[in-house]
Amino acid sequence: MVTYFQIVLFIVLVVIAAVIAYRGYYRVYKNIKLGKAEDLTDQPAVRLKNMLLVAFGQKKMFKYLTPAILHLMIYVGFVITQIELIEIFIDGFTGHHRIIYHAVENHPALLAIYVFAISFIEFLSIFVFVATVAFLTRRWIIKVPRLNMAEMIGWPKADATIILVAEIYLLTCIFSMNTADMAMHNGQYRFLISGMLMPIFDGWSYTAMHVVERLGWWGHMVGVLAFICYLPYSKHLHILLAFPNTYFAHLEPKGYIANMPAITKEIKLMMNPEAAPAVSDQAEEPVKFGAKDVFDLSWKNLLDAYACTECGRCTDNCPANMTGKKLSPRKVMMDTRDRLEEVGKKMAANNGIWQEDGKSLIGDDYITTEELRACTTCNACVEQCPVMISPLDIIIQLRRNLIMEESNAPAEWMGMFSNMENNGAPWQFGQQERLNWTKE
Amino acid sequence: MDQVKTMAEYAAANETPEVLFWIGCLGSFDQRAQKVTRAFVKILNHLNIKFAVLGSEESCTGDPAKRAGNEFVFQMLALQNIEVMNGYNVKKIVTTCPHCFNIIKNEYPSLGGNYEVMHHSVFLQQLINEGRIKVTDAAAFKGKKITYHDSCYLGRANNIYEAPRKVLEQLDAELVEMKSCRSKGLCCGAGGGQMFKEEENGKKRINIARTEEAIETGATIIATACPFCSTMMTDGVKAKDKQAEIKLFDIAELLAAGQGLEDIQI
Repeated sequence: MVTYFQIVLFIVLVVIAAVIAYRGYYRVYKNIKLGKAEDLTDQPAVRLKNMLLVAFGQKKMFKYLTPAILHLMIYVGFVITQIELIEIFIDGFTGHHRIIYHAVENHPALLAIYVFAISFIEFLSIFVFVATVAFLTRRWIIKVPRLNMAEMIGWPKADATIILVAEIYLLTCIFSMNTADMAMHNGQYRFLISGMLMPIFDGWSYTAMHVVERLGWWGHMVGVLAFICYLPYSKHLHILLAFPNTYFAHLEPKGYIANMPAITKEIKLMMNPEAAPAVSDQAEEPVKFGAKDVFDLSWKNLLDAYACTECGRCTDNCPANMTGKKLSPRKVMMDTRDRLEEVGKKMAANNGIWQEDGKSLIGDDYITTEELRACTTCNACVEQCPVMISPLDIIIQLRRNLIMEESNAPAEWMGMFSNMENNGAPWQFGQQERLNWTKE
Repeated sequence: MDQVKTMAEYAAANETPEVLFWIGCLGSFDQRAQKVTRAFVKILNHLNIKFAVLGSEESCTGDPAKRAGNEFVFQMLALQNIEVMNGYNVKKIVTTCPHCFNIIKNEYPSLGGNYEVMHHSVFLQQLINEGRIKVTDAAAFKGKKITYHDSCYLGRANNIYEAPRKVLEQLDAELVEMKSCRSKGLCCGAGGGQMFKEEENGKKRINIARTEEAIETGATIIATACPFCSTMMTDGVKAKDKQAEIKLFDIAELLAAGQGLEDIQI
């Protein structure tokens, strides 16, 4: 009876979680699709290699050694723990208890593998615990500067803390479950760490231990489901999006900034008016130069925004930010995501139709002109990002909008542009003077 | 001044040079960068390399405009330059400016400009590897400390970190690295059109921050491979009132001095 009740409850919870999670992830997918099309599917072998090295292999994390090691502990622990989760899921659906254990208990070799796997998970969980506490310490006690900058105050820091506390909660559940289970069965499973913790339950009644075991099992289960549902609303989504983000990352040298074909067409026409385009071109939409809002960015820029986990290595290495300017590449990514979320919400409330709301990605609510102006295009942010995000790509597109749509440029730049246009140099020197250096 | 022939002169004589030396705006007009242009020309002529310049037919590549956000001005200049170079059937280009190098190499191709483009650091390294450059005055650098400042547009932008260092290794000096170097090298503050306008409000100027890192190394020579960086770092050294102790040179100037082609005060 109790078993059937548990199976039904389990299925109900899984279904509820699946519905909530589907909505959350689909929302993110739909928002990313609001961006412009961009084909990033060439050279699949190179892309796969990037994904394996950078996302799976964490290659770029190691530019900062301490957090890289701590992160690796959690990452490996997290991935390996999924093995035990498979059993928990099957048990949940079937009402069995440790179904895999009982399936292999009469095969010494398989049993050894099972015991080793669970023991290994427990062993790694110790490291996960240490790393989680270290991360909380870095955020709240040592107060690592990049984790406590202006853009991190409020929700971003709370979000990071929720995830870390959730990790500790999940670890507590899994150890309660394994240890009580071991104690109830006189240590017959021979798990490594829970075996050591077993004496905690000395003198406990079987029922009391069973309650703890069930609380641990259900607590872990519910925690995992809640985590899955929470992810699409959290910076922690990077654990999934790091993979597509590194796969679809730009493959050109970092110095490359794409040319705008619409402008090439216009200039070629200016240089050679006889080559006027055929009539078919007239049906095209009027071209908007650069990006003012999230719709004008490419889907990859928007994926970048969701893949960002706000670690702040970009900002930590930004020469403008280092010297006290307002620009923070991390804030550029967070603003892009927050604006996209806002747009997505407003569209959802309006039958999927976008109505101007008097705001845009450029502006006092999000990224300001002053921030955009401070960028030296040095690529330090791009170089640093552990998941190959390019804040620079967004900055350039927003700059284009300021200059080409709004004519919003500092006077010195206006002068520079007109000199370049008229004399072919950023200063008022004529082309005839270009060989003056030979007359020493 | 050494002999310098233009593309037009070569064409008139029905000759083809080995390489086009793209000088860039700073190399053409900035007094400090002009010296680098001349030093590089001395090396080229010393090795009897047949090179040409575009002279009055060269325009800005459009880099500061493009990175400031003005794609119109960039493409106007780029398409003009490409028309000129394709008209001369240019195949190979060398330049002393990483910004020109980057944009011609990476952004001109899709506009119809396909050339083999080299930054002078790589060009010089190849000549060294081929044994064509012989350093005769290396001893003049004995006991000196040189620190090399990575240009963003060579380094992170195009992964060129070793070539300029290899050039400097020819000199009998000690190479010391700054706190942030290679892929972590700190920007001089000039890129993205910044050199042509005031910096935004902040605590410090970027070129000062970078110059402080250079001073910390104890080097008496800052080596650069970019005219933008040279300008910013020279200003930094002046602002720190260190111009008596610390000199700044482009790698071409140092190598030319090492070959006895240039007389520089180190």
